Amino acid sequence: MSPSLITVSYLGAAALFILALGGLSSNVTARRGNLFGIIGMTIAVLVTIAAFVTQHHEVLVAIMIAGGVIGFILSRRVQMTQMPELVAILHSLVGLAAVLVGFANFMDPSIQYTGVEKTIHEIEIYIGIAIGALTFTGSVIAYGKLSGMIGGQPMLLPARHWLNLALFIAVIVIAVKFVGAADHGQATILLLAMTVIALLFGIHMVAAIGGADMPVVISMLNSYSGWAAAATGFMLSNDLLIVTGALVGSSGAILSYIMCRAMNRHFVSVIAGGFGTSGGSSAGVSIEGEVQTIDIPAMAELLNNAKQVMVVPGYGMATAQAQHAIADITKTLIKKGINVRFGIHPVAGRMPGHMNVLLAEAKVPYDIVFEMDEINDDFPDIDVSIVVGANDTVNPLAQEDVDSPIAGMPVLEVWKGHTTVVLKRGMAAGYAGVDNPLFVKDNTRMLFGDAKESLDALAQAL
Amino acid sequence: MIVGIPVEIHPGEKRVAASPEMIVKLVAAGFEVIVESDAGVGASFNDDVFRQAGAAISKDTGGAWTADLIIKVRPPEFNQALGRHEIELMAEGSRLISFIWPSQNEDLLQQFAARKVTVLAMDSIPRISRAQKLDALSSMANIGGYRAVIEASSCFGRFFSGQITAAGKVDPAKVLVIGAGVAGLAAIGTAKSLGAIVRAFDTRPEVKDQILSMDAEFLELDFAEDGTGEGGYAKVMSKEFIEAEMALFARQAREVDIIITTALVPGKPAPKLITKGMLATMRAGSVIVDLAAEQGGNCEATVAGEVVTRHGVHVIGYTDLPSRLAAQSSQLYATNIYNLIMEMNPEKDGNIVIDMDDEVIRGATVVNAGEITWPPPPSAVSAERKPSFGGQQIKPDAAEQARAAIEPSEIARFFKSAWLPVILAGLALFGLGQVAPPSFMGHFTVFVLSCFIGYMVIWNVSPTLHTPLMSVTNAISSIIVLGALTQISSSSNLIYILAGIAVFITCINIVGGFSVTQRMLQMFRG
Repeated sequence: MSPSLITVSYLGAAALFILALGGLSSNVTARRGNLFGIIGMTIAVLVTIAAFVTQHHEVLVAIMIAGGVIGFILSRRVQMTQMPELVAILHSLVGLAAVLVGFANFMDPSIQYTGVEKTIHEIEIYIGIAIGALTFTGSVIAYGKLSGMIGGQPMLLPARHWLNLALFIAVIVIAVKFVGAADHGQATILLLAMTVIALLFGIHMVAAIGGADMPVVISMLNSYSGWAAAATGFMLSNDLLIVTGALVGSSGAILSYIMCRAMNRHFVSVIAGGFGTSGGSSAGVSIEGEVQTIDIPAMAELLNNAKQVMVVPGYGMATAQAQHAIADITKTLIKKGINVRFGIHPVAGRMPGHMNVLLAEAKVPYDIVFEMDEINDDFPDIDVSIVVGANDTVNPLAQEDVDSPIAGMPVLEVWKGHTTVVLKRGMAAGYAGVDNPLFVKDNTRMLFGDAKESLDALAQAL
Repeated sequence: MIVGIPVEIHPGEKRVAASPEMIVKLVAAGFEVIVESDAGVGASFNDDVFRQAGAAISKDTGGAWTADLIIKVRPPEFNQALGRHEIELMAEGSRLISFIWPSQNEDLLQQFAARKVTVLAMDSIPRISRAQKLDALSSMANIGGYRAVIEASSCFGRFFSGQITAAGKVDPAKVLVIGAGVAGLAAIGTAKSLGAIVRAFDTRPEVKDQILSMDAEFLELDFAEDGTGEGGYAKVMSKEFIEAEMALFARQAREVDIIITTALVPGKPAPKLITKGMLATMRAGSVIVDLAAEQGGNCEATVAGEVVTRHGVHVIGYTDLPSRLAAQSSQLYATNIYNLIMEMNPEKDGNIVIDMDDEVIRGATVVNAGEITWPPPPSAVSAERKPSFGGQQIKPDAAEQARAAIEPSEIARFFKSAWLPVILAGLALFGLGQVAPPSFMGHFTVFVLSCFIGYMVIWNVSPTLHTPLMSVTNAISSIIVLGALTQISSSSNLIYILAGIAVFITCINIVGGFSVTQRMLQMFRG
């Protein structure tokens, strides 16, 4: 196959990838976009096989089919509530692949560069492996935290910032030695040493981040997997990898930025880890007042008498698998002529857009699902807000208490509505460890218990 | 602790400071309750009902005044039957909860102090959200607003709602409500539910939404002035504003059938909004209900406590509207008092504690154990909130000045904000261009441009689809498979194995990523 034909195919694939991402700008074009992505990937893989694979065809096909089948089964079996875990583990695979390809490339004797080109090539390998390795372990730890295998609490080692700094300096020092290494054997050892450090760095980085910061972590790892692909592209002088990597990298970076902005936190402080543990005292304001509870019949009556209802879901809805129950209630209420809408905080759940996916799964029409910025001004007209498993995203302290760890974080102003019903297991604080004065407001009623059971009972009562 | 509920001796007062439900709750909270015989008759609660609720009935006149805590509606006054002032019936050290109106009754405060009692005024409870359930003024205003419409309808010789009957068409009544506070809103709601066309006016623009939400029309002046004063009440407006406002009322007076005025400015006589001249232009049979009659009235023709007819227009100046709905008023007022008692009964042991550090209790307490504590010092919370009510325009200015003061010079800021990163990036690129070979620069160009494309494309992605975005970027980032594919045919076994594993895992990723994205997007079809 002629080099120009390969280049043209890759160009086509790159264009298709851009269209795939562009398609996600609306629900209507999204599926077509995904199809473009699939076509682009197919073209790229087939052309590469035709152009570069000269032997091991049978093994290759077997491997690809095996991998594809596993991937397909995974994607069909996964619950929508487990989507963050799936995305995390898939990120780890990208990271691992980048490491493997990097090593394979480094050991390939057929690649010979000299002078500056050699230095640049070695740096490319080095960076590609480093990002790949930390994406790999970071994603594995994120997967562990999201699936509950590892506790959600941040693991805070003493002097962890110094540890991070030491690891970073070690990586730089090894890089200098690696580039200047005299023989291949020594360079291999240095490369392995750096890989170990990068793997440890990935573990430490994600372990130190609390559960509520997971949306940022997932987006960040998404970004890293892109940069790893881009670095690999430089290493292989492959523009398609560079383009794709840059697209994915900037996508993840923008998502991280959106998530951080939604929590009013600096990216650096999220990465440095430990929400609310450094500086701000979370016990700054003690909440006074009494919690008023409500029972299912009273809540059913409340909803029947309402005209405007707003549902504010949070991660608790995902853990309780309550999205179907809430969808049933929504359907019933809409039939009664009640205007039901959903208000979604950008960081609700454990990954960007998590709530939207769950609601879509439960067949809640997406035209009644709104982003925070779209509906936050409407709360004064809302008769009943139902808060399902959300806490920090509806905490008025973010606006009222400048010393609070969540001060300045944009929140859904449910307390401005007439009545708010909060479904909650107990009075525990949210991930930020901040008490929530919403629960003791005069117009707030608490419905304690498992969200799914409560909502099922409520659906019956309606 | 014994709670006493005396008869209200003020002429015409039918309310009582208790309801049977409230007494049940008080007894459950550990209090003993003693009710003077016939105290609840005006509100249709007879002695038996109170007895069943758990109260003791005292047959003696003034017998409830010996209790430790006396709850009442009207401020104490001279009891003709006993020939003594009610304050003299109180034991030293006992407590009273009632409406007091301390600014108009300073001599009463002196008498309380001389008697060495503690007095909490229901009318002095701070207007903060925590104290809403204690807010008897709002409860009474709500009832007053409702009753105002009922009084108006009984004077008004027509239907409120429009009807088409066999005997011809009846136009709906037009009602103008001036002042959309609690009473005004209640009047709007009541008039609306009787079927009238309702218009409302208020100097505070923020109540517009509340008025519209009740399906009434909000009359606006083409005049920008915010009438919101301290604590959410209205303030005195400028002369120009008042002129524009009066012109509006004069126009409306010719059109509407009913005017209900509720305009009050705290601590000031009620503003005169409906002049005798406007009254003369109203249709005969029209009705004005003046809820501000006690404070001098919003209408020039108002006589407090009476109904007068001028130019065929009935002007209702009743000052006892809540008392005219005695059962309802008593029930709500009793609940407000019960909530206040519970605020002071943290231990739930049937005793009350006057905690002068509690903002709500501090505000309500006008005499504490013989010491006059009225007016309360401005509290931290209300002082802090003041700017957000009165001085909305001032605040941004102050912030602007503060910012200007702390910020470095224009040039420094200019460099810091926009140019510094650009210059640094430029220098870095220049350095790179010096050393890097052309082949690298080609790839680098592609990389940088792709980042920009990514930036542009991703900002357009709908936030709803962020999860599919992550899974699809995950799938396409597995393009790394190309690297593995170029290596898999290597003659070196190690490279072959490494590349093989890489192909395997990236294939999981490619198929898994695209497939799960497809699955999710299927759900978004809606």
